[in-house]
Amino acid sequence: MSTLETIPPPSLWVRLWDSNMGYSFRRNPVAVVSLIIFVAVALMAIFAPLVAPFDPYDPAQIDIMNSEYPPIWIEGADPSFLFGTDDQGRDLWSTILYGTRLSLLIGLCAVALQAFLGITIGLIAGYVGGRLDSLLMRLADIQLSFSTLMVAIIFLAVTQAMFGSETFNQYAIYFLIVVIGVAEWPQYARTVRATVLAEKKKEYVDGARVLGFGPLRIMVRHILPNSMSPIFVISTVQVANAIISEASLSFLGLGMPPSQPSLGSLISSGFDYIFSGSWWITAIPGVVLVVLVLVINLLGDWMRDVLNPKSFKG
Amino acid sequence: MLAYLVKRVFQAVAVMFVISLIGFAIQDNLGDPLRELLGQSVSEEVRQELREELGLNDSFVIQYTRFLGKALQGDLGTSYFFKEPALDVILKKLPATLELVLGATFIIVGFSVPLGVYTAIRPNTILSRIIMGLSIVGISVPVFLTAILMIYVFAVGYGWFPSFGRGDLVHVFGYWETNFATLDGWSHIFLPSLALASIMLPLFIRLIRSEMMEVLQSEYVKYARAKGIWPWRIYFVHALKNTLLPVITVGGVQIGTMVAYTILTETVFQWPGMGFMFLEAVNRVDTPLIVAYLIVVGFIFVVTNTIVDLIYGLVNPMVNLARMGA
Repeated sequence: MSTLETIPPPSLWVRLWDSNMGYSFRRNPVAVVSLIIFVAVALMAIFAPLVAPFDPYDPAQIDIMNSEYPPIWIEGADPSFLFGTDDQGRDLWSTILYGTRLSLLIGLCAVALQAFLGITIGLIAGYVGGRLDSLLMRLADIQLSFSTLMVAIIFLAVTQAMFGSETFNQYAIYFLIVVIGVAEWPQYARTVRATVLAEKKKEYVDGARVLGFGPLRIMVRHILPNSMSPIFVISTVQVANAIISEASLSFLGLGMPPSQPSLGSLISSGFDYIFSGSWWITAIPGVVLVVLVLVINLLGDWMRDVLNPKSFKG
Repeated sequence: MLAYLVKRVFQAVAVMFVISLIGFAIQDNLGDPLRELLGQSVSEEVRQELREELGLNDSFVIQYTRFLGKALQGDLGTSYFFKEPALDVILKKLPATLELVLGATFIIVGFSVPLGVYTAIRPNTILSRIIMGLSIVGISVPVFLTAILMIYVFAVGYGWFPSFGRGDLVHVFGYWETNFATLDGWSHIFLPSLALASIMLPLFIRLIRSEMMEVLQSEYVKYARAKGIWPWRIYFVHALKNTLLPVITVGGVQIGTMVAYTILTETVFQWPGMGFMFLEAVNRVDTPLIVAYLIVVGFIFVVTNTIVDLIYGLVNPMVNLARMGA
């Protein structure tokens, strides 16, 4: 008996590495550096409780007497606080780690909600067509014509006034995710609809229909996988935008409360002290926020160049 | 064209109707007008009497109809804090916000067109790469952070510009007092406009660049080149004209977005405009003012979008109006 030598199919990782995308990734130093920074920031944020020397949510570890120490490379600093302390005496480095975690969490969850709503609506509009399609796309137009930030500001302001800041602060994270998630669904819906319209005419869809598959199965199992590349491109940009929106809302006092600060609320509380010389409470979280958003945007740019053959490289 | 116009206007009215419903729902549920009017030390009887008198016991439809009727006559209630009609309070603050948007628009138009065109026609020069690199950094910096940085560097650090307020104003007419008439006014509006422009400028540079690059590939530009027309004439007369169409559409939508961003810049620079007033109204739970702001801002959005759509329909020969009107 001779055993047939079979070559095991390459793993997903190997296939990704050998693909066009993997090749272009390796050849693009900006993308590589961006991904490394993003992964590093994300890992530190996820494991914030392990990385951070203090727990900023634990009142027992906060001493108001420690407030406004500068970072350690400036004279007058306390060596136990790497980036100094904020106005409440919290270790800034730990607070930033926990804040980044919140900002990333809100950004990713909001985009997941956007994607879910947008992809569902886009698939239905594109596949069903007709009156439902034009109605849904009209709604998308109208929704898009109102800036997300405006809608979010008004919604959160009214909710805050209605429930009082005590209750609002408790559920702020959910309000933020829902409002950023709901306001941006047309971005996905339009793109998915456009690809569905193009895919719908192809033979494999006819084939699936002849085989007797239902519309749901055709939409999700057959058409959706072929619409993935524009969805990836939008998603990166949307995560960056969602993080900026969250930061802006928190900066206005309509987001995460100072007791549980995201990067935006940390910058906001630092802004009150910037004139008295405590620039680090604003500047360091600001730099973290900008770097985080920038690397996501750079990755999005690279992905658009790779996945869209029509785009210009420059 | 007429069918398209009617349809577009009808949609605008429908959206305004929904906004007014939301506004009414907020007014109905947020705060207690009786407490604002009477204070707390009044007997329940007097309270009920006033409730009846103000029509607060009427059905939802009757109350809404009354609200809508008053709103159409420009009566959006009286601000609890200012003790003035809410619409007047907003209209007094409107010029400050509009001047800020105007200043930012000048900066955006002045820089985005030349930079966008340059990066499109010379995509591989070092300068183009720097501009494109900076533009992605610009997109990634939230507007309030830019504003804080500007205050810290140019107002606190160097002391070149004032850090808050509007400075010396010159009265024009009505509620409109302008910043653009005195040197002090200019110095006050410069940083806020720049901060507001910083978020949109990269977007427009990138948009103009990509549209321009697409147009430069088209047959008619090649033909113009073959005819030996002076390149600068091709770029700025032939190509730019077709580039601006999508730019106008995006631009119209972005005017609305800018109104949202003014809330952020106004907060940082304590600019006495609508956005700053709105956040104060929220903190004071000044319901009529909140509702009035919602309706005014909604109106601005709906009007700009309708106008942009109509202009787009008129200008773009590829939009089949008969089909869109159907």
